[in-house]
Amino acid sequence: MDFNLTEDRQMLSDTVRRYLADQYDFETRNGVIETAPYHSPAKWAELSELGLIGAFVSEAQGGFGGAGFDITTVFEELGRGLCPEPMLAALMSVRAAADCGADALVEEAISGAKRLAMAVFEPDADSLSLIRTSADQSSGSWVLNGRKSVVYGLPDADGALVAARTNTGIGLFLVEAPETIDYAMINGGGAGELILDNSPGTCLRENADDIIEAALDAGRLALCAEAVGVMDVLVDMTVDYLKQRKQFGRPIASFQALQHRAVDMAIEIEQCRSITILAASKLGTDEAGKYIAMAKNLIGRTGAMISEESIQLHGGIGMTWEYPGSHFAKRLAMIDHQLGDRYAQLQRVMGA
Amino acid sequence: MDLSFTPEEEAFRAEVRAFLDENLPDELARKGRNTEGLTKEDMAGWHARLNARGWLAATWPTEHGGPGWGAVERHIFEEECARANAPRIVPFGLNMLGPVLIKFGTAEQKAEILPRILDGSDWWCQGYSEPGAGSDLASLKSRAVREGDEYVINGQKTWTTLGQHANRIFCLVRTSTEGKPQEGISFVLVDMDTPGVELRPIKLLDGGHEVNEVFFTDVRVPVSNLVGEENKGWTIAKYLLTHERTNIAGVGLSGKDLEKLKALSQQLVRGGRPLAQDPLFAAQMAEVEIDLEAMRVLNLRMLSAAKEGAAPGMQSSMLKIKGTVIRQRIQSLIKTALGASAAPFPARDLPENALSVPQEAAGAAAYYFNHRKLSIFGGSNEIQRNIIAKDLFGG
Repeated sequence: MDFNLTEDRQMLSDTVRRYLADQYDFETRNGVIETAPYHSPAKWAELSELGLIGAFVSEAQGGFGGAGFDITTVFEELGRGLCPEPMLAALMSVRAAADCGADALVEEAISGAKRLAMAVFEPDADSLSLIRTSADQSSGSWVLNGRKSVVYGLPDADGALVAARTNTGIGLFLVEAPETIDYAMINGGGAGELILDNSPGTCLRENADDIIEAALDAGRLALCAEAVGVMDVLVDMTVDYLKQRKQFGRPIASFQALQHRAVDMAIEIEQCRSITILAASKLGTDEAGKYIAMAKNLIGRTGAMISEESIQLHGGIGMTWEYPGSHFAKRLAMIDHQLGDRYAQLQRVMGA
Repeated sequence: MDLSFTPEEEAFRAEVRAFLDENLPDELARKGRNTEGLTKEDMAGWHARLNARGWLAATWPTEHGGPGWGAVERHIFEEECARANAPRIVPFGLNMLGPVLIKFGTAEQKAEILPRILDGSDWWCQGYSEPGAGSDLASLKSRAVREGDEYVINGQKTWTTLGQHANRIFCLVRTSTEGKPQEGISFVLVDMDTPGVELRPIKLLDGGHEVNEVFFTDVRVPVSNLVGEENKGWTIAKYLLTHERTNIAGVGLSGKDLEKLKALSQQLVRGGRPLAQDPLFAAQMAEVEIDLEAMRVLNLRMLSAAKEGAAPGMQSSMLKIKGTVIRQRIQSLIKTALGASAAPFPARDLPENALSVPQEAAGAAAYYFNHRKLSIFGGSNEIQRNIIAKDLFGG
C-alpha cells in the first residue's frame, strides 16, 4: 500500500499549483469570468504548454499520462486554484477522441492548437440513452440536427464533439465552428447551448456509446478531484477566519460549538479524498462506473454541506463577491449539477 | 384544541385576498414569482397602494396611521401577500424605526417622521453592524461626541441593506466608553446627505447589490436627532430586534416556494420522466413539506400565545432557525431540480430561448446563494441558539 503520488505526478501537481498561484490569482480569475469567452485564452494556451491536456491521455494514445491519478492530480490543483479554464471539456473530448483513434485531433487538442468541447446532454436528456440529436448521412457527408444543453467550454471553442443518433446507434461527431448561445456560469467559466440545424459533422466513430460513457465518467472523476481541492481551501479559509475573527472579546474559534462544525467539515473532506482515490484507482476497469458514481454522490452531498457551512461560519463576509471564499463555495455547490447530480449517481450505485 | 382561525379572521383573510386580486400589478407578481430584484419604484409604488388602503404600517396602532392589527392579522396578511407573490414591505422605516419612535420618540419626532415614512417621503436604512461588531453588536465603535447642540459622528457601519435607496439612516453609536459596552450606546438619526456620510456598495456572491458600507467622517447632527435617552440606545436596539423578528418563520414564503418546487418537478424531466416521479427526489420534497407543516403549526401556536398576551421569548429564536433552514432547504431543492441548467449566470440577461428551463426558475442558483444570508442576518442562527441555550440552561 502506498498513498503517495509518484514522483512524476508530484511534479505535475507542483507545476500546476505553482502556475496557478503565480499566474492566475483571484483578481485575474474574476477579471475574466464575467465577459465572453468567460476564461482566458492566453492562460489556456499556457496551461496547454505546461502539458495538462497531455496528462489526460496515455502514451499509447499520444499523451503522457491518462491514468485516473493523472486526472485527479491535475484537477485537484485546478480546484485549489479555482481555475475557470474549460479543462473539463478538454479532458472529456480528448479522451473520447483518443478512444475513437482520431490521432491528429488528439495531437491538436494536446498542443492547445484546437480547443474542443464535449456535447452530450440535451434539454430533456440527462443521460446518453435519452438523446435525440440525429446524424444523417447524405451523399457521403454527415449532417446533425438537435440541441445540446449546457455544454461546458463552448464559447469560442474550435469545435465540439457531439453525441448523435445514427441508424445503427450513437455516434460521435466533430462539429467545427458550431452555432451557439453562450453564457457565463454562476461559478465561473463559460458554457452554452449548441444549436444543430443541418450542421455538417465529421464522424469519429459511428458506435461510440461506450467511448462517450467512459469520457463522461472520466469527467465525473475529474470533478470529484476538483471538489476535493476546493474543499481543502474552504476548510483552511474557514479555520483561519475563525481564529482571526474576534467577537465577545475573543477569537470565535474559542467557541466549541463552532470548532465542532469545522471539525465535521475536516472529517468529511477526508472521506471525499478517500473515495476519490478509490474511484481513480478503478478508472479503466469494469468497476469504474460504480465507484465513480459512489464518489460523485458523496462529493455532491458533502460539497453542499461544506459550501454552506463555510459561508455560514464566515458570516456576512462569506456572502461577498470580494471575498474569495464565496467563489470557492459557489464552485463547490455547483459541481453537484455537472454530469449527473448526487441522486443520479445514487441511482447508478443502487443499480450496480 | 382548535386549529382553525375565527370567522372574523377568515373574513379578514378574504378581504386581504380580494385587495391583492385587485391591487397587485401583474408585473410585480411576475417579478415576485421569478424572484427578480425590484426597483425602488416597484417598492415605492406598492407601498403607496397599501398606504392608500391603510395597511402599510402593519405594526403601528391606528392613532399613528397603522391598521391596529394584532399578531394574527399580521400573519394572515403576510401569508396572503406571499401567496400572491406581492413584494415584501421594506421594513426599515415601517417595521423597525416606526415602532421605536412610537415607543421612545418625542412628540416632535413622531409628528415629523412617522407621516414621512407612511407617504414615502423618507426611506430609512439601518446602521447597526460594524466590521468589528456583528454578532457582538454591543462592541460597536462608531463614536458620537457631543459638541454644543450637535453630535459629531465618526465611524463605519456595514451590511446596510438597501442603503442606496435611503435618504436617512438610524444608527447605533457610542456616546460613552464608561461601564459595560451596552451602557454607552445611543440611537441617533442621520440624514444621508449630511456632509461626511459616504455610502459604498458591497457586491454579494450572487452579483447583486443590496447591502452597503456607510462611512461617517465628522458628521454633525443636531442632538434633537437622538431617540430616547443618551446611553440608553441598547434598550431601543433590543426592542427593535424583537420587531425585526416578527414573521421570522416566513411560513407563507416557504409555502409559496414549495408550490413552485412541486410545479417545477412536474415540468422538468430527469432520467426520461418528470422529476416528481423520481422517488429519491420526491422523498426530499416530501420531507421538507413535513418540516414545513410542523413549523406552520408551531408558528400558529406562538401566534395564539401572543394573542393571549405571552411575551415572545426563545420561541421566536426557534422559529428563526427552523424558518430559515426550511426556506434554504426548499431553495436548495429548486436549484437541484434544474440539474445542469442551474449553472447559467446571470440567467435573465439571456435571450428567451437560451435556456431549457422555465423562466421563473432561471435565477434559482443565484437566489439559493443569495438566501444563504437568511441564517446569517437578523441575529445569526448561532446567536439564536445561544438565546435558546440561555433559556434551557439558565445563565
